[in-house]
This record gives sequence, C-alpha cells and structure tokens, in this order.
Amino acid sequence: MLRLEPRVSHSVLAAWLSPLVALLMTVITGTVIFIAMGKDPAATLYIYFLQPLVSASGLSEVAVKAGPLVLIATGLSFGFRAGVWNIGAEGQYILGAIVGGGLAVFFHDSTNALLLPSMLALGIVGGMIWAAIPALLKTRFNANEILVSLMLVYIAELLLVYLVHGPWRNPQGWGFPGTRTFPDAAVLPVFFAQHRLHWGLILALAAPLLAWFLVAKTRFGFRVRLFGSAPLAARHAGVRSTRMIWMTLLIGGGLAGLAGVIEASGTIGQLVPIISPGYGFTAIIVAFLGRLLPLGVLLAGVVIAVTYIGGENAQIVAGLPKAVTSLFQGVILFYLLAFDLVTRYRLVFRRERGPEHA
Amino acid sequence: MPDSPLLQLKGIDKSFPGCRANEAIDLDIQAGEIHALLGENGAGKSTLVKIIYGVLRPDHGDLWWQGKPLRVASPAAARRVGIGMVFQHFSLFEAMTVLENIALALPAQDVGALRDNIDATAESYGLALDLDRDVYELSMGERQRIEIVRSLLQNPQLLILDEPTSVLTPQEADMLFTTLRALADEGRAVLYISHKLEEVRRLCHRATILRDGRRVADCIPAEETAQSLAEKMIGRRIEQSTGNVPRQPGQPGLRIFELRTGSDAPHGISLSDMSFTINEGEILGIAGIAGNGQTELMSALTGETGPPSSGSIEIMGAPANQLGPVARRKLGAAFVLEERVGHAAVGDMTLVENSFLTTLEDPAFCKHGVIKWPAVRAFSDQITHDFDVRTTGVDALASSLSGGNLQKFIVGREMLQSPGVLVVSQPTWGVDAGAAADIHRAIRSLAEAGSAILIISQDLDEILALCDRVAVISQGTLSRVQPIHDVTPEQIGLLMGIRHDSIANEASRATT
Repeated sequence: MLRLEPRVSHSVLAAWLSPLVALLMTVITGTVIFIAMGKDPAATLYIYFLQPLVSASGLSEVAVKAGPLVLIATGLSFGFRAGVWNIGAEGQYILGAIVGGGLAVFFHDSTNALLLPSMLALGIVGGMIWAAIPALLKTRFNANEILVSLMLVYIAELLLVYLVHGPWRNPQGWGFPGTRTFPDAAVLPVFFAQHRLHWGLILALAAPLLAWFLVAKTRFGFRVRLFGSAPLAARHAGVRSTRMIWMTLLIGGGLAGLAGVIEASGTIGQLVPIISPGYGFTAIIVAFLGRLLPLGVLLAGVVIAVTYIGGENAQIVAGLPKAVTSLFQGVILFYLLAFDLVTRYRLVFRRERGPEHA
Repeated sequence: MPDSPLLQLKGIDKSFPGCRANEAIDLDIQAGEIHALLGENGAGKSTLVKIIYGVLRPDHGDLWWQGKPLRVASPAAARRVGIGMVFQHFSLFEAMTVLENIALALPAQDVGALRDNIDATAESYGLALDLDRDVYELSMGERQRIEIVRSLLQNPQLLILDEPTSVLTPQEADMLFTTLRALADEGRAVLYISHKLEEVRRLCHRATILRDGRRVADCIPAEETAQSLAEKMIGRRIEQSTGNVPRQPGQPGLRIFELRTGSDAPHGISLSDMSFTINEGEILGIAGIAGNGQTELMSALTGETGPPSSGSIEIMGAPANQLGPVARRKLGAAFVLEERVGHAAVGDMTLVENSFLTTLEDPAFCKHGVIKWPAVRAFSDQITHDFDVRTTGVDALASSLSGGNLQKFIVGREMLQSPGVLVVSQPTWGVDAGAAADIHRAIRSLAEAGSAILIISQDLDEILALCDRVAVISQGTLSRVQPIHDVTPEQIGLLMGIRHDSIANEASRATT
C-alpha cells in the first residue's frame, strides 16, 4: 500500500532543488518524446534548449519573451501568496495594451515626449480596471475570482478584435485588421539596431526588485504573506481581507497591463488581433516555477521564454508541431508540482499485516 | 482474579519520524481494576493506547490478552476482542439523534430491540440518555455518555478513556466515576488516561507513569500526593506556587457592560447581557464548559468580529466598541488566543516573523511601512530568553516548537508589550506541567505589576489557583462575579449548567 506521510522538516535546499530537478526531468521526457517522433534527440534538444542561448539574436528574443512573463508573474505572485487566484492576467494584459496603446492610436502623429510615459501609465490603469471587476464582485458578492477573471479574458480578447477590425482599424491598412503603426514617440526604443530587445527589459528587471523589497521589508508584504498562510491570524493582526483582495488584484492587473502596453509599444508597434502567445496564462507557470519569490520569478521567466523560442526554432528547423511549446510548458509544471509533493511528503510503501489474531 | 493479566504489554517500541514515542514499555492491566496512565503531553500516552486499540502498530513488542498473544490490526478487531475506547474528541454526528448515532456504530439490527438494549445498559450504569434528542443540543457530558454507551453495548472487557473529564463539569465527572466504579466491580478493566492528578488519586487503583516515551514508575495513586505524582510525571521538583495574594486593586482596566452579540455560526452561541469590570492588579477568571460562549466572548473582546450588537466595552477607560484588534492593542490591551497555530501564531513563519504579528503597528518595529527587522529580531530574542522558550533559534518555524514552548512564546510576546489589560484564553491547555507553572508565575507577576487580567479557562484548578474573582459562563450568559474565596468548586460546577440571565441582570444593576 502506498501512502503519503508529511515530512517532519522541510528542507530549504529541496524547495530550490525541486524546480531544477523538474527541468532535468523535462529534458529527459523531451528526449523520450523526440525519439518516439523519430527525431534525433541530441540535435532536437540542442535546437530546443541551447540554440536560443548561443546567439545574440537568440538571447535578444529570449529577453523579449521573458519581459512580459516576468512582469505578469511578479504581479500574480502577490495574489497567489495571499490566496487570491487571479487567473485572468491575459485579459488584464490585453486591456493594458488597449488602453495604453489607444493613446498612440489617437495621437498617431504626435511627437510629444510625454506620449510614451502616459501610455505606460494608462496601460497600468487599463490592467487595473480589468482586475477591479473580479475584486469588486468578490468583495461585494463573494463571486469566485477564478471564474470572473478567467471569463473576462475572453471579453478582453473579443474587445481587442472588435477594435482592430472596427473603429480603430488603420484607414491605410488595405482592410487588414490592425491599428495604425504607433508614432516613434510611442515606441519603446531598442538597445541595438539589429535586435528587437527594447527598453521594456529595464522595467521587467525593476519590477522583481521592487516586489522583493515590498515582500521582504514592508508591512504590506508581511500582511500579504500573513493573509495567505493564516487568514485567522491575519484577521487578529488587523489585516482587512477586502483590502488584501483589492490590493493584490490591482497589483497583478497593473503589472499585466504594463506588460501588455510594453509589448504593443516595444515589440509589435501597433495593436493587432492577437498580441500575446498566452503570456498571461504562461505567467502562472512562471510564478510557481519561481516559488512566488521575486528573484525566482526572474529566473523562471527566462527558462520559460527559452521554451517559447526553442519551440519556434524546433518548428522551423526540425519540423516539430507548434503544440510542442505548450507540451513542454505543461510537462515542466507537472514535474514541478510532483517534486513539490515529494519535498513536502514522503512516499511510504507498507505491506498490510496478516491475520488479526495469532 | 485470573492468574494472567487481562492485557499485558511487553517491550512496546514505536517511533515516528523525528521522535521515539514509546520505548520498551511494559504494562499489565488486571480485570476489575481502574488503571491510570499518567504523563505530560507528549509522554507517549496516546501512542500507547492507539497501539492497544489497533490504530497504530508497534515497531517491536508484544501484546498478550488473557495469557495469549494478541494482534490487533484495526479498531474493529480490537472491539471484537473486547477492547472499547472513548476518545477525547467525540465522533458524533451533531445533526442526528442519540439513537441514530449509536445505531450507526453497531451492526444493523432492529431499532426497537436496540432501543430497549440501550435503555437497559444506560440504566444499569447510571447513564441517563434521551435517545430522541439531536446531538447538537446536548452537553459535553451527555455526548460522552453516548460514546460510553456505544462502547458498552459491545460488551468490552477493557474500556479505554482518553482525558474523559476535560470537557465535564465536576458534577458530570462524579457521575462518570460512579459509572466507572460499577464497571470495575463487574470485573471489567478500565484504562484511564489523564493528567488530572486529584481525580486519578480518587478514582484509580493503580497508575503507570510515562515520561519521554518510557515507563518511569508504577504506583498506587491513593498512597501518593498530587505533588508527588506530578514530580514523577515531570521528573523534577515543582516549586510550590505562591497562591493568590490579595493586591490593592486600582482603576478599571477592562469594563464590559450589558454586552450582547449575535452569532453567525449554525450552532454558535450569542452572548447576552454580560457585565463585569476588572481593575488594575486584579485577575478575573471565567470558568465554564467549552462551547458555552467563550470563543464568542474572546472575539468580542479582541474586536475581530466587529462591534457587539449592544452594550459596551471599555479598555483602560476608553470606549472600544467600534475598534478592531490593532486599535484595541493601542489602548493597552493584549490577547492570548486559545488557538495557537493559525490564530495566535503562524506555523510556517519564523519566530521573528511571529513576534511581529501583534506588534506590527508599533513604531519601534515599523516606520513608514518599512519593517525594522533587527529590532523585531531583538524582541524575539528577548521573548525566547525571558520566557525560557526551548528552540533552535529565533529563525525556527513556529510549527517546530512543542505546544508548551509555543504557548510560552505567545504569552511572552503579549506580556513583554506591558499591556494594561491582558485577556488570556486557555493559558495552559495542552501545555506540560513545567511550562504551565512558568506561565502561571508570569501571569501573577504581571498582575502584581498592575495589569488587569482576564482568564477564560475550562480548567477549574487553574482558575482557583490564579484568580481573585470568578464568574461562570453558561449558554452565553455570565453568572454573578464572586470573590474566589467565597465559592467552592462544587458551587462553580453547579453554575456551569444553567443560564444566568436573571442573575446577570442583577449583577449589572448592582455595578451601575
């Protein structure tokens, strides 16, 4: 009979090893899958996991993908720590792109230096507005934030599609869906002319640092952790649950919205029907892979970004299907959760004893 | 008496990850005796009886039943052999009747016959039960009787009771003892687990004392004193407590007037018209059986569940009705909550973080929202030092501390904030005798330093030892507050079973 017994002591080392072991197991599983598909495993693994990291353009692309993941996951970590399950970061990301990017659509011939900062600020506001809906419904009517935030993703997606097909469509765009391209004043500048890597990276690096300070050094961060791990103790310490739900959802929404407007401004340069390869959902994996810790999220964001770029490379070079990217992300999360379980519990195999009486 | 003991344990060993719960324990129980198993929390009593009852299996050692080797693979097997057990925490369905609860535990049978059978059993042992009442309406004593009757219907030769009197009034306990003596007189054996020494002295024929998983002594309780039994239990001499010294009471510290609350919980208790005043330097005890409004009173006092429906709460002379826990602390109140892990402390946070839990608005520890961790750390060092908290260090998780040590930490955290008013719920519940003595000493010295202290406890001995005045809570009402020397334990016990509306009203009128 197999049973799970809680471990007496929790090893800090094990908590950090578990994501690494999960990655290793993912690579091994990948090998098996590639062999089963009739591909050369060594070559395919190289294309998938290492090629993105060996060239300047590969690294630039990894950083471009890691940026939004890190921003969103940093915000989500606050909610997840507090036990507020915002699953709708994808929708908040899209709203950030719409509200912030909308400014560039309206002022498409502007050269004002304030345009870009205003867009970033409005992007944050847009994400917050979308996150405020589940916050309001949860605190007022105790509506489940998982369902509300998730359903709002689809509304956000359809809103974007409507705007870029309808009122915001580029009049000189030959009927293709999409807004005018943003003016230069609305575009985050790139670091190097030949690569797409842009100034959004600075914000993506600053966000985890700021989050680390909030979590480790401030009373607000303490309250968030308290609220998540012991709601009754939090109540006794004067933490108001309404406030925590609002604050964590707004932080998550705000950073997702910022990621959205950065992507629209820095990477795409306009609004198009699809502006995200599922960043808002993938960021949930990033948050947990990074142990909900700001600096862990930074590392995890890079790892998951590699799976995006590697997946693209594998499609182009090795002829693998697009689904391989999602598959790898799913496998990583699976192993992570499995290893988390065995760091907290141990498997005990016990044979049933024989007769009751001797 | 038969030649071989009814039950004999030889060399029982049982280890859990990180601790050795039982080590080479020998024990024999004769038919017809009431045998006490004594020990502090964590001494290995529960593990040992779980082995006897088939819940756990020993790593080494044998059990013998009437001279033959015995293997119990499950509680069902134990019951078939003739071993019954009444646990400390009852397994009853509150929304079902007494009869239904008993029928559920037995093989399917005719309800009419069962009813007669129960009545006969209940009557012959003096266990009055109304079979058609719903369990949630019953007192703890009545619920325990259901469990006992349920066990007796299976005709056990050995009945195990785990801390049976912890939820009973003194009168209910006396009724239980009568029943147990009747069982022993019939030749059945009773294994009685307790840490209440006086009742063991009154009731039990023999006692086996466990400490740190080992059997350290056998004795005849009637020939011992409570003091000598306690010293055998904890393995060192206990300093005699100084007793309640009369102090000069000062200004009112905590004043409650005609307090009323509603209750949201399905079987929750509403408080009605509670009034009392505690002056500085005074300890008031509120006795009563669990579930009579203690939890509701505590949350009304901390302010966690919002303002009361009516009445008033004053802390150090300031109205506190509308204030939350943090604001009440600022007025000078401190609280030691009943539930340690998850309420008074957080298990997966370190002691440093836990010492910030109730000081988070203190400017010494947090300015402009930024925590001064070095100052918090120094505070937690002071707590563990001053209150003798045994731990590997202040970075240890709260969950790694034993119950007694965590309680000392929590009590220390609250007391070192020098509160004008200290409210303590169950100060020594589940705490070993050594730590309990430390906590009692600390409470007394805080009162001597001029704090107003309220103790809500189910442990009557504790209230008698600590408090200057006492009141009894029952069904959300409070009895008249009386000086401790004017009442006997029996009088307090009688007050535990009745509503006090009329008396409480008189008392409140008298104080205005």
